[in-house]
Amino acid sequence: MTTIAIDGGGFRETPLSAYQIAISTKRVVVGYGFWIFLLSDIVMFSAFFAAYAVLAHATADGPTGMQLFNQRSVAIETACLLASSYTCGLMQLAVTSRRYAVTYLMAFLTFALGAAFLALELHEFAGMIASGAGPQRSAFLSAFFTLVGCHGLHVTVGLIWLVVMMAQVGIKSLYDPTVERRLLCFSLFWHALDIVWVWLFTVVYLMGGLS
Amino acid sequence: MTDTDYDRAPGDVTALPDIERGRSSGILVYTIGLALAVALTALSFWVANTSLLWVGGVALGLTVLAVAQMGIHLVFFLHVTTGPDNSNNVLALAFGVLIVILVVVGSLVIMADLNDSMMPGPELMNLQMQR
Repeated sequence: MTTIAIDGGGFRETPLSAYQIAISTKRVVVGYGFWIFLLSDIVMFSAFFAAYAVLAHATADGPTGMQLFNQRSVAIETACLLASSYTCGLMQLAVTSRRYAVTYLMAFLTFALGAAFLALELHEFAGMIASGAGPQRSAFLSAFFTLVGCHGLHVTVGLIWLVVMMAQVGIKSLYDPTVERRLLCFSLFWHALDIVWVWLFTVVYLMGGLS
Repeated sequence: MTDTDYDRAPGDVTALPDIERGRSSGILVYTIGLALAVALTALSFWVANTSLLWVGGVALGLTVLAVAQMGIHLVFFLHVTTGPDNSNNVLALAFGVLIVILVVVGSLVIMADLNDSMMPGPELMNLQMQR
């Protein structure tokens, strides 16, 4: 047996040592554990989605989604988040091939796009609250701010995490298996947030704008 | 020994074919995913704003587009495959989707049923006031 494949890598000509196999297995276990966490996080989001869907018409004679939502800014937010998911994927490729410059560049782009998304969302929230459509106005707006705010909070945590990871790449290295595992978890987290956003803009902004 | 004897971490880019030989195929996978996601997003925004389609079907159409885009993200960004090395990830995902559907559809059905069984409000009880 001269050819062995481990941890999804290509075929290696030499058998791996027990140490290397242990490292690979840990990567799978950590990734799987984080996958379970993400799914439970999405189950939590589904409860907020259910609350929003039930309360979407409970506007208490206040402003409706049709009056409040600006599709242009939602489209820009969607573009930012989608592009940051793409750059996050490219960062993951750079991490796998241990290219520091590309990793930093893609991490910076991911951060900038995520921050742009967050700035747009906060600007939208501030405008709504200033016009008297804050979370206390109606059950619809309470559900809206809970759901969209929770996603925004996740994005904020993701941005902080990304900065911490880049510090770890700088201080430790891309060859450190711990750093590698954490970066794998980060990219899972970031892509999962994008999936939640797909449902958010569909259910909240697009369906909310239907007559 | 084949490469099906162990599990793969979810979202692992090393699951991509030929990743060891060069990065081109990895970039291609992400780019295809991005192109499809952008197309589906643009389609969603168009469907929501056009007057060409029957209004009653728009919500269903948007749901289908969102499901499709979720699939694109899972396959091209999170690298979920049907391979045996991914069966744990897919099983966990399927269970998560089951719970999500139970929570969302269950809540909607129960609340719609409750609304139907509610006594009509005072403005409806007074038939003379009805417009």
